[in-house]
Amino acid sequence: MVPLGRIIGGTLYPGLMLTAAFIYWSLRFLRFAVHIREVCVLTAPFFASNTTIVAYFFGKELWDSSAGLLAAAFIAICPGYISRSVAGSYDNEGVAIFALLLTFYLFVKAVNTGSLAWALASAFGYFYMVSAWGGYVFIINLIPLYVLVLLITGRYSMRLYVAYNSMYVLGMLLAMQIQFVGFQHVQSGEHMAAMGVFFVLQVFYFLDWVKYLLGDAKLFQAFLKITLTCTIVVGGLAFGVGMASGYISPWTGRFYSLLDPTYAKDHIPIIASVSEHQPTAWSSFMFDFHILLFLFPAGLYFCFKRLSDATIFIVMYGLTSMYFASVMVRLILVATPAVCLISAIAVSATIRNLTSLVRTKSKVVNTSSSKGAVSTKASSKASSDLSPPFGRNAAIALLLGAFYLLSKYVIHCTWVTSEAYSSPSIVLAARGAYGGRVIFDDYREAYYWLRQNTPPDAKVMSWWDYGYQITAMGNRTVIVDNNTWNNTHIATVGRAMSSYEDEAYEIMRSLDVDYVLVVFGGVTGYSSDDINKFLWMVRIGGGVFPVIKEPDYLVNGEYRVDKGAAPKMLNCLMYKLSYYRFGELTTEYGRPPGYDRARGVEIGNKDVKLEYLEEAYTTSNWIVRIYKVKPPSNRW
Amino acid sequence: MVKTTSKDAQDLFRALRSAYAATPTNLKIIDLYIVFAIMTAVIQVVYVGIVGSFPFNSFLSGVLSCVGTAVLAVCLRIQVNKENKEFKDLPPERAFADFVLCNVVLHLVIMNFIG
Repeated sequence: MVPLGRIIGGTLYPGLMLTAAFIYWSLRFLRFAVHIREVCVLTAPFFASNTTIVAYFFGKELWDSSAGLLAAAFIAICPGYISRSVAGSYDNEGVAIFALLLTFYLFVKAVNTGSLAWALASAFGYFYMVSAWGGYVFIINLIPLYVLVLLITGRYSMRLYVAYNSMYVLGMLLAMQIQFVGFQHVQSGEHMAAMGVFFVLQVFYFLDWVKYLLGDAKLFQAFLKITLTCTIVVGGLAFGVGMASGYISPWTGRFYSLLDPTYAKDHIPIIASVSEHQPTAWSSFMFDFHILLFLFPAGLYFCFKRLSDATIFIVMYGLTSMYFASVMVRLILVATPAVCLISAIAVSATIRNLTSLVRTKSKVVNTSSSKGAVSTKASSKASSDLSPPFGRNAAIALLLGAFYLLSKYVIHCTWVTSEAYSSPSIVLAARGAYGGRVIFDDYREAYYWLRQNTPPDAKVMSWWDYGYQITAMGNRTVIVDNNTWNNTHIATVGRAMSSYEDEAYEIMRSLDVDYVLVVFGGVTGYSSDDINKFLWMVRIGGGVFPVIKEPDYLVNGEYRVDKGAAPKMLNCLMYKLSYYRFGELTTEYGRPPGYDRARGVEIGNKDVKLEYLEEAYTTSNWIVRIYKVKPPSNRW
Repeated sequence: MVKTTSKDAQDLFRALRSAYAATPTNLKIIDLYIVFAIMTAVIQVVYVGIVGSFPFNSFLSGVLSCVGTAVLAVCLRIQVNKENKEFKDLPPERAFADFVLCNVVLHLVIMNFIG
């Protein structure tokens, strides 16, 4: 049976599907004749709009209602969030960010009011988050960390006790109802921080209570000594026994790879190979946040200036999620709400200061009153260093500047959304030499060719990225697809791609492969093609089969495909399949034939000969190339 | 050394008892309830230690039911305690309603989980 998939029922976060089904049923119940597909397409935008509402209330809780309004406006158009909330992106993250923000909002509300009802609501938010996305681990670690910080900084309060404990117990219990999560809350190392903080809080409360009862410092000191020793010994013992007996599972690789950015590359190449899991470049921060990136530190400044339980929370959320966002591109999504909220605080506080300056200044001018009014205004941040006569004009200038910045942000977001997030990823668009739009529809061309021209039981070998597309659009069996859990299976395909043709042929015979599909961008300049992914195939293949060694494909640690490339590179299957007959083609005027536009070099092996495979089909822009595996030759 | 420690402990105990005697009756009732819940949890943990945790979900739901009850009762105690300045604005009726609501949710989930 290929491709080997994981068991869907037991390993799934059901939140997204349940939500869509619930919306579908309720709409049907109200006699709206909708199709389930339309519901699925619009689920993410619908939840994005809910997120903006939550952002408003969160901002209001943190600062004031104008900050809330700004936060809602920011998050509504922030590209970092739009990437996951466009219509048709039916993805866990679509509902999960809503659930994340809702949980945080309700928790902060619970801490501020100390009410059991808000804590219960926050536990339900957490439950929804657990059901929707594996990112709930962020919540279950951030909230204990926050509690710990409050404890250390001496901001412990009864409200915190009520909020955290009831939220933890109820949230944990609710989360255990999700089958995939199960007992992890009491067994896995990732969840132990929350449990530890839970016990610490109990001890802390107990000590606090005894201190209050005794009212005698000396006796309490003795008591404190006894209890603290006992707790530390018992806690340490329990943790040690749990770890030693293997009852508490150690942290998973995913967790390590978040804390240590270099971990995944060395230990789990299959995770590191996904482009979403790469460390984030500055340009993508700029692309996704734009001015929010600069407003973020300013917002942190304002938060520290007006420190409260709520602002400490948002500061911690912002800082931790920013760290994670810089470890993994994908987690920019988690940081987006925090960045929007903190930036909203910055803008709101600044504009408030400036406008109050402008307003009261005019009053001062009108009534020509005393100097006392001026000095109070001078304490406001923006104008503290300005002398009174310039204060008003400077404030107006700064307000105009803020207006300019915000409108720039809107323009940027609109541009990003229309450029990057509004087209399907399967049809590529580019600008032609004269500025016109060129459409490359090669993927669909290739998949329909497979559907029409190959036997129905043909098996197609390709890198796993294209597995789902080939299955769904080409209606052919693939060897590995996006859901393959068996790393060895993926590694076998990686090994075949990185071997010489005759070795690869043996592997392909044993996998019963009929067609090989590669994606090649050398003609169009499409950069996420198989040659650029090839090093990951080598790493993943080499992780299981030590015959494949990464240095064989590199020259002085450099990956190249031109004349200076490694001999193994120039003769491996992937190179041959990508560049077969490419040496005859002139891709760009004024360049030699065989000029690879994706990498900007002339290829090193222009005379590719295939012995065991033959070209079956190449799409019009050469993006997808399909080869047929020849049957074994007659023995005599 | 041993003698002074035991004397200290006795002093401590006496002081605690006399201080606790001043607690209002309704708080004492809640305290009794909390102690009862914790004891039940401890008994279950000991039982699991002896017999083994085979239906793990049943064990978890049993212990968490007790722990949850205790924690919620502590929260209630905090909220209805008149000496707590933080909860001056919260009427005891509201606190009790919240407590009941949380307990209902807790035990509904536990009934689902106990298997």
